[in-house]
Amino acid sequence: MWRYLRYALPVAVLLALVALFARGLFLDPTVVPSPLIGKAAPAFSLPDLADSKQTLTQAELQGKVSLLNVWGSWCVACRDEHPVLMQFAAEHVIPIYGLDYKDDRQAALDMLAKQGNPYTAVAYDASGDATIDWGVYGAPETFLLDKHGIIRYKYIGPLTPELIRDDLLRRIQVLQGEP
Amino acid sequence: MIPEFGHLALILALCLAAAQAFFGILGAQRNDLLWMSAVRPTAVVQALFTLFAFACLAYAFLVSDFSVAYVAENSNVLLPWPYRFTAVWGAHEGSLLLWVTVLGIWTLAVARFSRHLPLEFTSRVLGVMGVISLGFFLFMLTTSDPFTRLLPPVGQGRDLNPILQDPAMAIHPPMLYTGYVGFSVAFAFAVAALLGGRMDSVWARWARPWTLTAWLFLSFGITLGSWWSYYELGWGGWWFWDPVENASFMPWLVGTALVHSLAVTEKRGAFKSWTVLLAIAAFSLSLLGTFLVRSGVLISVHSFASDPKRGIFILAMLGLFVGAALTLYAWRAPSLTRGGGFQPFSRETLLLLNNIFLVVAAASVLLGTLYPLMMDALNLGRLSVGPPYFNSVFVPVMLPFLVLIGIGPYVRWKHGDPKATARTVKIAALLALLAGVIAVIVAGAERGLLLTAGVMLATWAAASAFVEPVRRLRLRLQGRHSALPRSVLGMSLAHLGAGCLVLGITVTSLLGVEQDQVIAPGGSATVAGYRFDFQGVTTVDGPNYQADQGRFVVSRDGEPITTMLPEKRRFSSTETTEAAIHPGLTRDLYLALGNSLDNGSWSVRIEYKPLVRFIWLGGILMMLGGILAASDRRYRQRRTEAVLDASAAASETGGGAKAAPHRES
Repeated sequence: MWRYLRYALPVAVLLALVALFARGLFLDPTVVPSPLIGKAAPAFSLPDLADSKQTLTQAELQGKVSLLNVWGSWCVACRDEHPVLMQFAAEHVIPIYGLDYKDDRQAALDMLAKQGNPYTAVAYDASGDATIDWGVYGAPETFLLDKHGIIRYKYIGPLTPELIRDDLLRRIQVLQGEP
Repeated sequence: MIPEFGHLALILALCLAAAQAFFGILGAQRNDLLWMSAVRPTAVVQALFTLFAFACLAYAFLVSDFSVAYVAENSNVLLPWPYRFTAVWGAHEGSLLLWVTVLGIWTLAVARFSRHLPLEFTSRVLGVMGVISLGFFLFMLTTSDPFTRLLPPVGQGRDLNPILQDPAMAIHPPMLYTGYVGFSVAFAFAVAALLGGRMDSVWARWARPWTLTAWLFLSFGITLGSWWSYYELGWGGWWFWDPVENASFMPWLVGTALVHSLAVTEKRGAFKSWTVLLAIAAFSLSLLGTFLVRSGVLISVHSFASDPKRGIFILAMLGLFVGAALTLYAWRAPSLTRGGGFQPFSRETLLLLNNIFLVVAAASVLLGTLYPLMMDALNLGRLSVGPPYFNSVFVPVMLPFLVLIGIGPYVRWKHGDPKATARTVKIAALLALLAGVIAVIVAGAERGLLLTAGVMLATWAAASAFVEPVRRLRLRLQGRHSALPRSVLGMSLAHLGAGCLVLGITVTSLLGVEQDQVIAPGGSATVAGYRFDFQGVTTVDGPNYQADQGRFVVSRDGEPITTMLPEKRRFSSTETTEAAIHPGLTRDLYLALGNSLDNGSWSVRIEYKPLVRFIWLGGILMMLGGILAASDRRYRQRRTEAVLDASAAASETGGGAKAAPHRES
């Protein structure tokens, strides 16, 4: 018996490999899961971009479903993303908070003046230290938070109208239905 | 019109491949002489249509027909014409067309050079190759048609990926594919043997030259790829354990095992089922390589097409082809007769060990390549496996393997004589010892055991390669009859190549110097005794790019050596780094320009790479060895005998062809 099984071993190995690859095909190697999903938004205390005397903290994100968008005026992809955010903000679905990161205050304000401001409020993180706590390693990145200020979803790269339509809105609906 | 002709030719080739597969395999099963005799002409016409389709796409590139989407995406009017031709295989669709074209050339070769084999066997081989062609034609026409029109056409074309605009790139993929696809012949031979139920030394003798030819092309392709990445990618490395490199390396390792195990099957009639399994495995790994590159399941610098539909198709094809072959193996292999027995100290044992080491090496590369995917598929997180893993598993396997290279050829079949072997390789062992001592003196004992071991084993492999040719030549000088067949010479050359390769790898890796420096114009840097005077950067214009060209005057002890001109080239879309290399047999100087800094100085990477050329020299020697061995007289001259053997064997198994198996000679 063993003699025959031995010859069947290669087929078994192949089947295992094919199963592995079939699974692998449906994984996106560019998606990096964030350890922050399901955790409360990291604490921060940053000046408001428009008014440096005001301070913004994570408490701002409590009590409603919200979007936090990490951006910078230096970031070309963020400029590409900007009209999409403007469009989304015009629909008044949920508030968008901005986290302006490693930026020049004036350059950031100029960009918002020129291209419009989709943000309810923008926290200004000149050093980038607070942004590191959010696990951000490139801009733009967008976080979706639930009513308790818990991070539920993260997207790396510029948002697109298709992504908002097909994915983000559905997630927002689910979160808004939660207590 | 021309692209439509190409498209039509592909469709016709697909139909013919189906006929080739059908008549080839079923004709042989039914023993239908008419069906079987239709296979060869069908295969030839199928291959010619494929070549015609390839020519059509090449023509579209040469005349810059940007109404073809694939041409528009991968060419540009400014692209020099040789690169317009090589751009044919610069991306996914064209690579596949190259794949089937190479398969067509192999099909033509099999059809032409298998006339002395029994018709039944040739039909099966061509039938199996027809199945493979059919799969790839279907894949191309359903998911990756290179002839799709772009309406309205664009005026310019997007241009070929700049890192592919290079002479070595012109021949690297075709060589690699010739190797990959060539293993389909060995695969077809193995499946034909399993289907026909005959598998003996005559079979092994038929399969050997094909396997050797595929192997030598793959060796050359990998060597070229290594050399190309060394001077083109601007990283100064010659091997990165990148998934796609591994994808070509695994079939090479298994193919090397196959070349050796075929020798045992031919000479001693042993290792039969093992040889068949290796032949299936070598081609399966080639298909796996295609899957890994084309599906995008692994991230790599090489993969340029990822589309889940394509991945699913290739995976299904891989599963079907290999699954069918291995099922057939599980069913038929147990009935294969065992070959002659052998003593523990015999060439069979050593070749068995050779196979074990090579297969273990291939398996560990496979494991390392797939491990990140496995972890991810099981939701155990993401990680990457890098050179530390590969080096730490690969080196320990290769060290004992190198010991074997030196002894294997000098042990007799069946029953070896340790004393006689020891006498034969005495000189090689002494030379290896001497080299070890020199390594310690030159580099110092503190450089470590690995350097000494590497140098000794490399010398051992290289020196012992000379023993047999020298012995035979001496016999001849003494006036005695002694032949030096090409197969022996080829083996010696390939083993010498292995020695060179190992010496190059050991010395470059352990004694090379790499320095990243910031130098201002007028400044200088000194690396490994060489002084580099930086004279500044100028802007130069190329045909389709602009470049910053640095100027470095290199000297040693005040003696001027050369001027090196590294470049950073800006193409319409991207930048490439053209490293300046001052080559030498004993050392390379490698200089790559980094970024310009605000104060006018530049970051520069300078490397001193001793004996790095030996790595590629080793690859070339292996390839030359393969050429010599594959062209040995006995594969060409014993036609008549092979036919006689074959008919005898065929009638032995009871299922022999009713018709006379040979039409020629």
